[in-house]
Amino acid sequence: MARVLLKNLNKKYDDVHAVKDVNLEIRDREFVVLVGPSGCGKTTTLRMVAGLEEISSGEIRIDEQRINELAPMDRDIAMVFQNYALYPHMSVYDNMAFGLRMRKFGKEEIERRVRQAAEILGIQGLLARRPRQLSGGQRQRVALGRAIVRNPRVFLFDEPLSNLDAALRVQMRVELKRLHNRLETTAIYVTHDQVEAMTLGDRVVVMKDGVVQQEGEPLELYGRPVNRFVASFIGSPAMNFVEVAIIPADGGLWADAAGLRIKIPSKKQEALQRYAGRRVVLGVRPEALRVASGADPAEYAFDTAVEVVEPLGNEILLDVRAGAHAMVARVDPATRLKVHEKVRLAFDPERLHFFDPGSEAAI
Amino acid sequence: MIEGARWKKWLWFYLPMGMFILALLFPFYWMLVTTMRPDSELYRPWNHPLYMPFWTTHPTFEHIKNLLYETLFGLWMWNTMLIALAATLISLFCGVIAGYALARLKFRYAGLLGTAIFITYLVPQTLLFIPLADIIRDYRIGDTPWALILTYPTFLIPFCTWLMMGYFKTIPKELEECARIDGATRWQAMAYIIFPIAVPGILSAGIFAFTLSWNEFIYALVFLSSPEQKTVPVGVVSELIRGDVFFWGPLMAGALIGSVPVAIVYSFFVEHYVAGMTGSVKG
Repeated sequence: MARVLLKNLNKKYDDVHAVKDVNLEIRDREFVVLVGPSGCGKTTTLRMVAGLEEISSGEIRIDEQRINELAPMDRDIAMVFQNYALYPHMSVYDNMAFGLRMRKFGKEEIERRVRQAAEILGIQGLLARRPRQLSGGQRQRVALGRAIVRNPRVFLFDEPLSNLDAALRVQMRVELKRLHNRLETTAIYVTHDQVEAMTLGDRVVVMKDGVVQQEGEPLELYGRPVNRFVASFIGSPAMNFVEVAIIPADGGLWADAAGLRIKIPSKKQEALQRYAGRRVVLGVRPEALRVASGADPAEYAFDTAVEVVEPLGNEILLDVRAGAHAMVARVDPATRLKVHEKVRLAFDPERLHFFDPGSEAAI
Repeated sequence: MIEGARWKKWLWFYLPMGMFILALLFPFYWMLVTTMRPDSELYRPWNHPLYMPFWTTHPTFEHIKNLLYETLFGLWMWNTMLIALAATLISLFCGVIAGYALARLKFRYAGLLGTAIFITYLVPQTLLFIPLADIIRDYRIGDTPWALILTYPTFLIPFCTWLMMGYFKTIPKELEECARIDGATRWQAMAYIIFPIAVPGILSAGIFAFTLSWNEFIYALVFLSSPEQKTVPVGVVSELIRGDVFFWGPLMAGALIGSVPVAIVYSFFVEHYVAGMTGSVKG
């Protein structure tokens, strides 16, 4: 059982305020992912939990126990580093046994645990090797093994998959998820890759400039981003943003931009009422755009020309231009369109997002 | 490698390489050949019909015998070995600890301190021996091995510190962090993780320190006076050049035998030494 609590956590370097008032509760057995662009404070937060960075102010608790002052070794955590940090002069077995030896475990217990971890990770055959004789994926497994033999209260992962090539990363992602399902240890995982965050996390915390922007389940972040940053960061290709004017007409509100005029869905009417006559940012995900058919109402469609076609096999990305704005639409792979061809695209009215142009908060 | 015709390879690779090797090895050859030549050949004038400086037809061990039995050469070798080893060990210990601290610990003025240590290395020995002579007299350790064992570290410690600092910086700090999360204290992380990885660096610092001490001349010349206390470089020069008479045979024999330990140390550790200089740690 391990619950991690971050309370008003701050980290200040000489002139940089790297982490600002982070409050977070990581429930027992939960897999929480901290995600954000580089320099957003996610790694610093993780390192404070590990005890590798001093805490400027605030508090970290594991199971009600305040750990601010505890040395890393006394926190009962295990960490997996981006560069694996395997001890180059030790065999794989010794790498995994090191933590247990430091903690004065008996020889047989060490042997048993290392063998068991090796079996879970499928590295039984590598125990006698040195780290430099291993491939990237194997090193990653050893680093994981070193963490799991200790059976710690909390796992910390600092971008553990970033040094792997794309195919291996996808494979290891699945394995990590499987491993977590099996071990059910509380885990905090840091990454800059939103796909990793979405696929691995029970809950995802999006950070920017040291501030938590939003936390929630992956689909919640995707479906209801609280601000423009989260909306643009989660999802690939990124959400399209178009600056539009809100104009009252025909007893409703319309969003208007050059080459684009769509009706505001009734659900959003009320919230947008006070923006009437002003400008807002319209956000629409590429998958909420489709090639219009006869059935699509005219108030959710617009005419445009195709600029670039990106056929990906299972889907096609169309780069189009709506007035002054470039947009990407993710359309059915059966669509046959050529560059410069005219096309009529339709919005899914249920999936329109609006953001305040000043605060960038969702409306 | 140079591409193209064979003659190009000869002209641009083998020829310069050969000249380089020749220039490097010639002094050793000269020492060897002078050691083996009888005096009658050594002091033959250049315009003598049988003058041939690069070869001998009557090799002799006379000079070596002379060196070993007529001088205190054996004792000088022993002194030099003892002093060089002691000075190296002291300097290595201090250099490794200081280098680690400067590379890893965050404290105020760490950078400044590092630079200050380096600057002390830049003070020429030919100036430093004057105040040092004063200190040695005050502590009454003149003409004893301690005079050198305690003064050599003045230039060896800065040197070792800088070399080790550079080496420690090439070791990813995550290794240490990981060890500390794994349950090691900072000292344990140093002892079990960092120092074993730093062995090539420590070895090259040690080789350098040993060589510098072994070959050191000016302190040894100034701080030691009795023949039985002297080191090889000073002993050979001061006892085998009497007035304006150079005993070339024994001199060269002394130089040759005196360079053997250094050559052995180098060749023994050469692989580690190269790794140490290039800092080849992979995470």
